[in-house]
Amino acid sequence: MPLLWLFLLILAIAAGAFVIARMRVMAMSGQDRRSLHSLPNYYGSNAAMKSAIPALLVLVVWLIAQPFYVNTVVSGMIPDDAIAQSSSRGLVLAEVRRAADGMDLAIATGNMTEDEARNTDADVADVTERLSTAGAIITSELTQPILRAAQQFRVLNSTGYQIMTIVVLLIAIAGGAWAVRETQPKFRARNVVEQGVRVLLIAAASIAILTTLGIVLSLVFNTIEFFRLYPAADFFFGTSWAPSFSGRGGASDLGILPLLWGTFYISIVALIVAVPVGLFSAIYLSEYASPKVRAFAKPMLEVLAGIPTIVYGLFALLTVGPLLVSVFGDDGLGWMQAGTAVMTAGLVMGIMLIPFVSSLSDDIINAVPQAMRDGSYGLGATQSETIRQVVLPAALPGIVGAILLAASRAIGETMIVVLGAGAAARLSLNPFDAMTTVTAKIVSQLTGDSDFASPEALVAFALGMTLFVITLGLNIFALYIVRKYREQYE
Amino acid sequence: MTDASMDSAPIKGSLIQVDARTKKRNAAEKRFKAYGLVAILIGLFFLVVLAVSILRSGIPAFTQAEMTLEFTLTQEEFDAAESQVLKTKAYEGIFIAKLQDALTEKGLTVAFDAAAIERLLGKPGSTIREFYRANPDQIGTPVTFSLPASSRVDGYFKGRVSRDTVVDSRFFEASDLDLVDALADAGIIVRNFNWNFITGSDSGVDNPGGAGIGVSVIGSFFMMLVVLALSLPIGVAASIYLEEFAPQNWFTDLIEVNISNLAAVPSIVFGILGLAVFIQFMHLPQSAPLVGGLVLTLMTLPTIIISTRASLKAVPPSIREAALGVGASKMQTVFHHVLPLAAPGILTGTIIGLAQALGETAPLLLIGMVGFIARAYPEGVVSGFIDPNSAMPAQIYTWAARADAGFYEKAWGGIIILLIFLLTMNIIAIILRRRFERRW
Repeated sequence: MPLLWLFLLILAIAAGAFVIARMRVMAMSGQDRRSLHSLPNYYGSNAAMKSAIPALLVLVVWLIAQPFYVNTVVSGMIPDDAIAQSSSRGLVLAEVRRAADGMDLAIATGNMTEDEARNTDADVADVTERLSTAGAIITSELTQPILRAAQQFRVLNSTGYQIMTIVVLLIAIAGGAWAVRETQPKFRARNVVEQGVRVLLIAAASIAILTTLGIVLSLVFNTIEFFRLYPAADFFFGTSWAPSFSGRGGASDLGILPLLWGTFYISIVALIVAVPVGLFSAIYLSEYASPKVRAFAKPMLEVLAGIPTIVYGLFALLTVGPLLVSVFGDDGLGWMQAGTAVMTAGLVMGIMLIPFVSSLSDDIINAVPQAMRDGSYGLGATQSETIRQVVLPAALPGIVGAILLAASRAIGETMIVVLGAGAAARLSLNPFDAMTTVTAKIVSQLTGDSDFASPEALVAFALGMTLFVITLGLNIFALYIVRKYREQYE
Repeated sequence: MTDASMDSAPIKGSLIQVDARTKKRNAAEKRFKAYGLVAILIGLFFLVVLAVSILRSGIPAFTQAEMTLEFTLTQEEFDAAESQVLKTKAYEGIFIAKLQDALTEKGLTVAFDAAAIERLLGKPGSTIREFYRANPDQIGTPVTFSLPASSRVDGYFKGRVSRDTVVDSRFFEASDLDLVDALADAGIIVRNFNWNFITGSDSGVDNPGGAGIGVSVIGSFFMMLVVLALSLPIGVAASIYLEEFAPQNWFTDLIEVNISNLAAVPSIVFGILGLAVFIQFMHLPQSAPLVGGLVLTLMTLPTIIISTRASLKAVPPSIREAALGVGASKMQTVFHHVLPLAAPGILTGTIIGLAQALGETAPLLLIGMVGFIARAYPEGVVSGFIDPNSAMPAQIYTWAARADAGFYEKAWGGIIILLIFLLTMNIIAIILRRRFERRW
């Protein structure tokens, strides 16, 4: 039974429980709502809640747990000598899964019957033949253990789902029946329902924790896997980035230093563009601009922040790159070979960060108490002297925080560098050279048909981990500075 | 005993005459103010440059050079063509003859052969044959055919291909441009609005002319449905808990810290999460709008939670106290009174969050939305969620990454459509805010 139907069936049972419980309590009270503890709908909701929520919970847990169980059983079926030298248990299991998918496909296209797929005496060559006529993708020859494992995999999965369907439906019905039984006018249905809703609210709020946990776990596990295949010291201190394209075999150089250098170089160029422009815009908007100018210019600048990064990426690739080449390229100064370069990406990223710096700094400058300005004017300082010698020093920690937040944005930015910075990893000082960044390499290592078990693909997770740690550190530091500063004047 | 004032020279300043130091200070003041103004102008200048380059490069994507020719096919011609072995070739011959007639009628004489027509139009014969086989009743009446010209002809009209840059090849020869000019003079080749760009599908790497963004708009639509269906209820529930119920303890602090950090995690990291958890671990289908929607939901949640909390906070405590005072429970107070009053603010925040999610590209690259060519519309609602599809930003990236320069124009055109969607969503949010915002 497809999952969607099971889900809808559970909801239908819950709806049934709602109606029955509500009718029951109304009948027991003689259609007199005043003798009930709670409003009639609460009795219904109590029944619906108790039938649907445990059932859905079991469904979710089962769906997560079953693949683990099946994998362990199937993995135990494969003897160690069936695993080739160059391969690993994980790769063989992937092969088993592919073979099982292939059998499903073969049954769907009519090349095989269900009985044939389960027949444990089936001939390997015959099955291979049928699978390939069905168009299933099998990378290598099927072997006897793999075929048996694939058959067992299918059997376990289908019986597992059958048992799950029955168990879940029974839980839904039992929960509903129990709730209907306890329904009587004195039952404190509202309190129970509200307690249930409260738990749901807490669960929703915990999703933020689960997301962080998911990010950290998916990064950590794959990073550990990567360091098992590739020495950590070479990754962190290697000065060369040259992944081999074959995936397996062939030595790859996977040193992160050229990527980190590219990332920081581009971010520095971006900040050199964004910080002066953003900061002076913020000063002008908060100290000089008339309300009319402010009402026009502030939202206009913020439009720059609302534009998707893919637009900036295309702008870098097709407008800014060719423009820079026409000035600094071979026809002009001869510093630049191609449109994709540190300068291109940095410049465009700087444009993207202008509103980020300006609106954060604007808030911070506005938070400086007016009394400090008035004191400075009273001593005879001009407006610009007040800003430079009183307002800015007072706002400095906050502005530093804003710049750090902008830097963390720049380091994590992907689309602009993927399209604008080039693909060659190099350690160079020339800002007109093409360089690449951590984010750009995560994209290039994980897109395409790479095999997730190879170091060339797994390195992306180690890169992601590095990126996550750097941006998280910057953010926490920046937020700490900003918060500390805000408290100073509140 | 000395008197300090005795030694100092009398100050020679006057209220009317400005001294050098004041002049300097005033100049510094003016300069500083000018820096600020220049900074804002630079920002606005970048905005204008961006807008101009999007419009200038993108608008040509909405037009397509087409050859329009009205002619009548008689029953005899139809029978004669159908009786031949190479049927489409026969129709091509008819088309060329009719084109020649039309040109002579207009008083223009240009020599051309079937090969030139094929370079300009592809294979017109099959289109014409299919039309008449589908509509046999149209034989004998005048019919207007609009056939899309090749991408090089299209490029010639849009200035991408010029007489100086054209390179003779199997696909195009410089002499063809004379024919194109003549046909344009005769009003046979015209630039028409390209509906196919808006409703069509991606066309593969070698046919920029036929590429359309329609299918990926549908992909984005299904993705936004997932984001809306998940992030709105979860975000609102989380905000209600944090704002109305959460006690001051370590667990609440943990949630708060997590939300503020998630808001700043780079989007590519969410892509890695989606790849590892939804595709590798849960074995959900690659490139599916469902997976894209799930990833974007996790990204959008912090935005929605932050704006929802702000609007819950804006509802004055007197409302809660009044509800509690007439006997409502805490839960009833929140759901019957506070939430409806905060709804416009929540809605505005949700729309802005959705607009952000719509333009997000990086996570979609990792869950496989770029290797895929979105050729066909999904067959139904379920297929819309789980079958591989592209999304607008992913489609734009795919086009930008292709070698043929004809796709760049499509990418810019796609950006115009994407920005129209974003602009509409933001305008709706602003209107909602203006209309329903209550100051207490």
